[in-house]
Amino acid sequence: MSPENAPDPAPARRPQRPRWAVLGERAIEALIRLSGVSAILFVAAIFFFVLKEAAPVLVREDFSLGQFLFSTEWYPTSANNVRYGTLALTVGTLSVTALAMALAVPFGLGAAIYLSEFCAPRVRETLKVVIELLSAIPSVVWGFVGLTVMSKLIVTLTGAPVGVNVLNGGIILALMSVPVIVSIGEDALKAVPDSYREAGLALGATRWQLVYRVLLPAARNGLLAAVLLGVGRAVGETMAVLMATGHAVHIPQGILDSVRTLTANIAAELGEAPAGSDHYRVLFLTGTLLFLITFAVNLTADFVVRGIRRK
Amino acid sequence: MRFARTPYIARKERTEAVARVVFALMAAAMVVPLVLIVGHLVYLAWPSLGWEFLVDVPRRGMTDGGIWPAFVGTLYLVGISLVVSAPIGVLAAVYLNEYAKDNWFNRVVHLAVINLAGVPSIVHALFGLGAFVYAARFGYSILSAALTLAIMTLPVIIASTREALASVPMAFREACWNVGATRWQTIRAVVLPNSISGILTGVILQVSRAAGETAPVMFTGAVFFKSVERGDLFPYGLRDQCMALSMHLYTLATQVPNVKESLPYATAVVLLASVLLVNAAAIALRVWLRGRKKW
Amino acid sequence: MTAFVKEIEVQGLRLAYDSKEVLHGITFDVYRNEVLAVIGPAQSGKTSMLRCLNRTIDFTASATVSGTIRVGGEDVRRTKDIFALRRKIGMVAPLPTGLPLTIYENVAFAPRCSGLNRRADLDPIVERCLRQAALWDEVKDRLGNLGTALSGGQQQRLTIARALSHQPEILCLDEFSIAIDPVTTMRIEDVLKELRREITIVLVTNLTQQARRLADRTMFLWDGEIVEIDRTNVIFSGSPKSERTRDYVSGVFG
Repeated sequence: MSPENAPDPAPARRPQRPRWAVLGERAIEALIRLSGVSAILFVAAIFFFVLKEAAPVLVREDFSLGQFLFSTEWYPTSANNVRYGTLALTVGTLSVTALAMALAVPFGLGAAIYLSEFCAPRVRETLKVVIELLSAIPSVVWGFVGLTVMSKLIVTLTGAPVGVNVLNGGIILALMSVPVIVSIGEDALKAVPDSYREAGLALGATRWQLVYRVLLPAARNGLLAAVLLGVGRAVGETMAVLMATGHAVHIPQGILDSVRTLTANIAAELGEAPAGSDHYRVLFLTGTLLFLITFAVNLTADFVVRGIRRK
Repeated sequence: MRFARTPYIARKERTEAVARVVFALMAAAMVVPLVLIVGHLVYLAWPSLGWEFLVDVPRRGMTDGGIWPAFVGTLYLVGISLVVSAPIGVLAAVYLNEYAKDNWFNRVVHLAVINLAGVPSIVHALFGLGAFVYAARFGYSILSAALTLAIMTLPVIIASTREALASVPMAFREACWNVGATRWQTIRAVVLPNSISGILTGVILQVSRAAGETAPVMFTGAVFFKSVERGDLFPYGLRDQCMALSMHLYTLATQVPNVKESLPYATAVVLLASVLLVNAAAIALRVWLRGRKKW
Repeated sequence: MTAFVKEIEVQGLRLAYDSKEVLHGITFDVYRNEVLAVIGPAQSGKTSMLRCLNRTIDFTASATVSGTIRVGGEDVRRTKDIFALRRKIGMVAPLPTGLPLTIYENVAFAPRCSGLNRRADLDPIVERCLRQAALWDEVKDRLGNLGTALSGGQQQRLTIARALSHQPEILCLDEFSIAIDPVTTMRIEDVLKELRREITIVLVTNLTQQARRLADRTMFLWDGEIVEIDRTNVIFSGSPKSERTRDYVSGVFG
């Protein structure tokens, strides 16, 4: 055994890390932990600051929360009879979202099924890139499309007097939400183990039967989560609906009626409401309401997803 | 060996083929509108598109001219928000993936990240207004707007970084722990260097999101019009207000009467092109780096 | 072998993952400079036991440990510097794992973590460890290549070099030959025969013949309990104390 090969005897003193390195590491780890919990801080801060601006009007004697939530009369700038009822706006949000989901969910799930089960790998890669690009389009551009292209199209095809309405907003929102539904839906389908597919094929099922009878039920939770996240996106959308749904604050009678959503309303009126005024504070209150709605939707989606993970 | 083609099999093959076509059409239903819309926008924007359009300032009450102040304003907003959100986002992702144990507290953190991602953009705008413009007394400024954007786009960086960190196999970490390395030493030597691609992707995606947002900047620091020199690369200070490309599009489309027809279309095209180019760069980066994997 | 000093003392070690107990209170000693083989069928708790020794079991959230483990006289569960403990114990995992660093940096990693950063200090350590692991001649001209680009057998020797780079007093090998070819296995066994003069080796293996070749004593761990621990020639003699040992060793089960 030559000298270079002889293992060193256990040293009496092992090398030590310099003190500054140890302290530096502790500092970085503290920073990491702080950044980690910052998400909680930010969410709490958002809720706090929005509520803070709204709070003064909430505690006033003559302000009724019930009226705020359930009255359809929104007249914030009336000279002698100011009313803040958001129901029409809420219905506006719901109607546009519902229409958007009615369009986006079947197409989105269909595309997810196509990508996951039927499509060749090359085509899949291309389509996934397209979907990613689709989801990157800014909402103001979508709104612009709604205002110009879609509006003209609707007027030409349906003879409606005005092209910015529930239909317009619904289609635009559908196009915006589809990428979310497709990508999460595809993930959900991919998560179904191949053994299910193999078992089905061994029993002689066609791919369609496989999808319908085996995969959709198995991926149910993930697909539901995909839809919920799509809903969350649609409800929270601001600029696109601001430009595409029109200006009318009323409960729509049909899809060719103009409406206004909760989000768009804030954007439209915030600029004109003097800081600190009641109108301004009520708009912040609307913002708090929106925060709570999307919070609830996201929480539900997460619970649904957790349901799969526990299996 | 070929089985005889009974009517039963023929029917099965037919449903299979029909299903395939139906689903393919559904997928196409996303692609086709995109192509048509983009085509239509470019067609109507054509008369205005060009270098002049980019570097010139708006003229004649914004009914003509170019978009330079808005373009450079967006660069400022995006740059500053990036500087703020990237470090926080990366470190937060490191915490979530490398340090956080599976207890109730960290589940709350995880939920907070998800909810942060789902907050409507107008609520972010309200937050920015209440917190930065008023409470912190930054006033209507690039600073307020950029900070609002930073918080809004944080989840994007966190998600991308987490994915990158999670793709580093556990075996590497265990090998490091076995020789007595601390968590941070392991992260610094092995985990982070091999997650750079994901982090960069996240950063690029953050940039594209921040560039496209309107509501958060509209109420915290972006304005209708700001007088700026043609082609000036440093026209704004942190406390100044600025123009932004996204807001400019909204303004031209809804607030300026008698605007030259191709102007808003051209603005939309520039915004869209910038955002899509940045995203395409992220995708290309991801694909390229996947080929250079070290294991 | 020097006088019978206990390098590792394990008393009543109990380990449970959530509510499932995998080690039911085992007690054994490892003497300095011996080679102790730990044999037993899969899922007996052999790997878990090793992870308790260097406390990498801490990284498994669902694990609860009770009992005493003393390494070099020090209670590992109460140690102040857990990283120093891990450097005292070298660990070689079943699957060859080269870190995604250069070969040089793979071996220099542990010394760097301890504070050595100058090439002048690191070069001799890298060379020594690669020689000890019988890898030097194959890689000395390409130390800048990626560790993960080596073959399985080379990566396993690289792991051994890495384990030696922090001058451990104890080397634990967990079924090191499971993913490598027999020729490399024999080379590594030669390495172990060299190393045993200076350090203590705990060799978990499911190759009973490997235990026979290398070990002074052998411990038969089955289903979380020590069935028998004795000199290797007794275990393999055909008449060990326990019938189950004889059955396992002769291949009746396992």
